[in-house]
Amino acid sequence: MKSKADVVIIGGGVNGCSLAYKLAKKGLDVVLVEKKYLSSGATGACGAGIRQQWSTRENALLAIKSVKMFEQLSHELGQDIEFRQGGYLIAVHDKKEMDQAEKNVTMQRSLGLKVDILKPEEITDVVPILDVQGMKAIGATFCPTDGHANPFRTTFAYADAARSLGAEINTHTMVLNLKTSKKAIRTVVTDKGPIQTDVVVNAAGIDSKAIAEMVHLKLPLIPFRKEIMATERLQSLFEAMVISFKDGIYFSQQKEGQIVGGIPIPEEKGGYKTMPTFRFLEHMAHTLTRYAPVLKHVNLLRHWTGFYDVTPDARPILGEVKEIKGFLQCNGFSGHGFMISPMVSELLTNLIVDGKTSEMLENLTLDRFKGNNIEKELSVVG
Amino acid sequence: MKRSIVCRCEDISEEDVIQAIEEGYTDIEELRKKLRIGMGPCQGRVCIQIVARILEKKTGRKVANIPLPTVRPPLIPVSLGTLASEKDEK
Ligand SMILES: Cc1cc2nc3c(=O)[nH]c(=O)nc-3n(C[C@H](O)[C@H](O)[C@H](O)COP(=O)(O)OP(=O)(O)OC[C@H]3O[C@@H](n4cnc5c(N)ncnc54)[C@H](O)[C@@H]3O)c2cc1C
Ligand code: FES
Repeated sequence: MKSKADVVIIGGGVNGCSLAYKLAKKGLDVVLVEKKYLSSGATGACGAGIRQQWSTRENALLAIKSVKMFEQLSHELGQDIEFRQGGYLIAVHDKKEMDQAEKNVTMQRSLGLKVDILKPEEITDVVPILDVQGMKAIGATFCPTDGHANPFRTTFAYADAARSLGAEINTHTMVLNLKTSKKAIRTVVTDKGPIQTDVVVNAAGIDSKAIAEMVHLKLPLIPFRKEIMATERLQSLFEAMVISFKDGIYFSQQKEGQIVGGIPIPEEKGGYKTMPTFRFLEHMAHTLTRYAPVLKHVNLLRHWTGFYDVTPDARPILGEVKEIKGFLQCNGFSGHGFMISPMVSELLTNLIVDGKTSEMLENLTLDRFKGNNIEKELSVVG
Repeated sequence: MKRSIVCRCEDISEEDVIQAIEEGYTDIEELRKKLRIGMGPCQGRVCIQIVARILEKKTGRKVANIPLPTVRPPLIPVSLGTLASEKDEK
């Protein structure tokens, strides 16, 4: 392992690997450190849905620009990341939700996004297996360019590309401590030895909080356990991801034919326990078969858990912190860090390479929590 | 070319596994995510031990030291309708 680097990235999830690739492409000497294997964190557990329909302008913009990059990514990285655009159908259940949906759609359209409001009878044109009455929908919004990609392939493809550009990616290597002097980053201490550097990126998922504590910095991150399931494989039935903010459910059919989806258990609280629960299976099966009764006969095959790293406003923490020079955050993705990873790594690369910040980045720094004027993202699911 | 299939559910051959190990994927979980071995209807009951054996041969690490993948419930496939009705009866 190298003992010196321009930048050390902590965490080999989609965000760390994507950033390693972009920095290496700019000619920087990058070392990435991952305590287990690549995609062993939230990335490997995730639904990998890619949605541009958000309620805050920033999240919508981050996602819209990321989709433009996802469209080119397989070609750029030279590996198929299985990016598919089957759209996202968001169920709307009552007048209040419809008012919010109309507001969101107006904002999203002002950013150039094609998104439609569907009447109840138009819902099954998009996803034929849905039961509009069972799901209690009075309408829906639909954006045809939303979609998903394969999270493992995406992460591995970024890592392979980064390595071929000279980045060093160390798996099974754990960060134990960070050393500073004069309020600036100096050394990353790992179980395989120290690395001297001026810039550290904290992309450690739910462990980002513990990493920040190494330099006595508090991050407002709460881990939320999320359960997710997959059914056996079926012939292709529908292409869109179906979600509901009210019921919290999301599900889609993957390329191989399995239906993958999740839902929060009503009484679930924050915490670190990881065992999957039977409560989840019951609740998921009940809601899913209410939305799509034909799925009653389909077998559930697997069920696993992962963590959301949730911030008070459900938006990520990005960029350099005021307290320590050279200590950058790339965490707090609150359950949607896969879909915006192309833009996140772009913004951080601009900051690291050219010292260039942007309005978008400024609005997402840790400092925002010091003000009382934070705008909360409302369109959260799962 | 003759392929010897390791994972029947996902149609993955010994050659595929060896190539992935040579590319640096030396953890069972990692191979699982890279190749989808163990993700089929049998949930790895047929293939995981064979993959562990190949991994042992290639890396020289003992199988006992190679972490086996997390067991993910349910252990046998069960229909969504059955699961949903459990809830109705309560
Ligand atoms: C069930 C579920 C469904 C989801 N669905 C979606 C979705 O549909 N769309 C979407 O966009 N997002 C989704 N997400 C969220 C998404 O998975 C995450 O936001 C994203 O993967 C975060 O990636 P990351 O690279 O920032 O972090 P992670 O993937 O968590 O990576 C962090 C890495 O840091 C490593 N690490 C931690 N501590 C150390 C240390 N001390 N030293 C070295 N390495 C360390 C960990 O091992 C880990 O690999 C979902 C999440 C879950 C749990
Ligand atoms: S043989 Fe590999 S999952 Fe069934």
